Amino acid sequence: MATKNYADAMLDVLSTFMEEDPHFAVMGNEVLGIGPQALQFEPFQRKYGDRIHFPPCSEAAFAALAAGAAMCGQRIFAHLGLAPFSYPAYSTIANEIATARLSSGGLIDVPVTLHISHGLLHGGAAQHSESPLSIYWNLPGIEIVTPFEAADLKGLLRTAIKSDNPTLVVTHAFGYGVEGEVPDGDYEIPLGQAAVKREGTDVTIVTYSLMVGMALEAAAELANEGIEAEVIDLRTLVPLDEQTILESVAKTGRLVVADEGRLRCGVASEIAATVAELGFDSLKAPPARVARMHVPVPGNQVQEAYMSPTAAKIVAAAKEVVGGVPARV
Amino acid sequence: MSLDKKRALESMLTIRRFEETVVGLFLEHEFMTHYHLYIGQESTGVALMEALGPDDKLATHHRNHGHVLARGADPKHALAEILGRETGLNRGVGGTLHMSDPERGFISTSSIVGGSISLATGAGFALKSQGGDAVAVGLFGDGALEEGVSYESLNLAALLSLPVVYVCENNSEGALGSAGGGFPTSVSAVDDLTKIPRTFGIPVDTVDGRSVDEVLAVATRAVAHARERKGPYFIHVATARFAGSQPLWPTLPTGETDISMAWDASRMAGEHEQWYREHDPVLRYARELLAAGEIDQEELGAIDERVRARIADARQFALDSARPAPDAALDYVFA
Repeated sequence: MATKNYADAMLDVLSTFMEEDPHFAVMGNEVLGIGPQALQFEPFQRKYGDRIHFPPCSEAAFAALAAGAAMCGQRIFAHLGLAPFSYPAYSTIANEIATARLSSGGLIDVPVTLHISHGLLHGGAAQHSESPLSIYWNLPGIEIVTPFEAADLKGLLRTAIKSDNPTLVVTHAFGYGVEGEVPDGDYEIPLGQAAVKREGTDVTIVTYSLMVGMALEAAAELANEGIEAEVIDLRTLVPLDEQTILESVAKTGRLVVADEGRLRCGVASEIAATVAELGFDSLKAPPARVARMHVPVPGNQVQEAYMSPTAAKIVAAAKEVVGGVPARV
Repeated sequence: MSLDKKRALESMLTIRRFEETVVGLFLEHEFMTHYHLYIGQESTGVALMEALGPDDKLATHHRNHGHVLARGADPKHALAEILGRETGLNRGVGGTLHMSDPERGFISTSSIVGGSISLATGAGFALKSQGGDAVAVGLFGDGALEEGVSYESLNLAALLSLPVVYVCENNSEGALGSAGGGFPTSVSAVDDLTKIPRTFGIPVDTVDGRSVDEVLAVATRAVAHARERKGPYFIHVATARFAGSQPLWPTLPTGETDISMAWDASRMAGEHEQWYREHDPVLRYARELLAAGEIDQEELGAIDERVRARIADARQFALDSARPAPDAALDYVFA
């Protein structure tokens, strides 16, 4: 066990595959972002440079290149960059990667791993702040991994790269520097297993990625006011661990879903709908969604803060839900 | 490369009879979706596949029937696929738009214009990484050069020196074009499509798509270039568009192919006389082989009979095949 950040955890996994698989390749620019962690890439690049490719600004084509290579049995980790840069590759992802297995009658696997970094960036404005999880979740055929803890990233990334399915690994753009205790050696965490990060009896807060941290902050504050929140880190959206969510709601009777993505047709909407359908009898109050307001992100801090989901908004929503008043923040 | 000419002709005729049968099945409402015919391009598919080896990978597109058959797929399973039957090449899930034959090296068949160019580039990447000398082939029409991803992919293939043979089957020559009220065809400010790959430093050959020998010669050169790991190659195949592919929904305006037109010029008449005389690659090749004494009229007739019988069997096989269980589709989403 050692204290490591996301960047270290990612490099651990990528290095292992470089060692295990002589054809494994990494493709992408600024794989570790443009913050201080970017420097951590250099030793990796020196060691495995012939299998690390820095493609032109052609996300559609190099995502397809990775997919086409995967269809021929090669495993590639393709970093598309910030989440909004994956939109030029949307046709590749939606039309090719997500459908190939079904359209071939199950005969063609696409074991590609795509990586994007998402999230509100404090000044990212309208085109550098996307959290498009629900957009990709709406495509059947892609596994979606959304770790919060560095240790989870390490285990989930390994599972994702080994998976015979296309996998979208989504980390937070502010996450590269997030540190945590990371086990040594190689290990895999199965997809579809949420983690209960804090136990509680009054309200369930379901979230993923960096908002797990906000939810834990919110839970600490709620505890000061006598409300015990249970915090669930989904860890993967596809597959979704419905059981852990439903069991928690069965215990607490109340649900707040926190999502850094937009409100409409969002991750929070999907979780709330799932609980309403499958766990309605457990609910003592309507579920609440704490999500990004349904507007493009303004390019100044005041307005960005106004429309962003925060720990304070989670606290407010939880209190309303516990008080029996429907909330939507 | 020595070509078995009779076998090549039989393969072309197989595609032709197959496509004629597809039109019939559509008119009989045996399948409902939009579809695309390879009639008029059989020479390209057959000659190209002759130039390839068993380990080569291919990415085709919506006009895939001829490619899959030329590569050796059984017409039974191809026709069953088009009819959405569980005996189809893709268990009936892909249909005409996504038919592929992974056993014969086909990766996913994309019906998104430009998709095959982008996926073939990835196949080239894998084949180069894996060592060996296999090559990737990307098949597409002229319209694909209107898509941005095609330019990006050519750029990547050139930058990474990938062993990809890009085959542009330009069937826009003589097409009506959208301005003429026909199905939209190549709409480009580039007056010569070969300028596009040249811009990226990719070598290009233009070839008359009606000629088996010429396509084979160019394809052999292109495949050798990629096999020797000299980078990508671009083949621009010029063909006249089949009149039946002018309308949005394909038809058979030239009728079922009358193979006797190969030896009896008096049968070629009417509105489509020029098609029969100059463009129809099956008739042209049959005529060539007859003139060269490679085949005689009787043998040609016998080949046609054999092909007709095979396709009739395939048709019956497809019609007799069960439709897949509705919920079986759920099994194919994830591995």
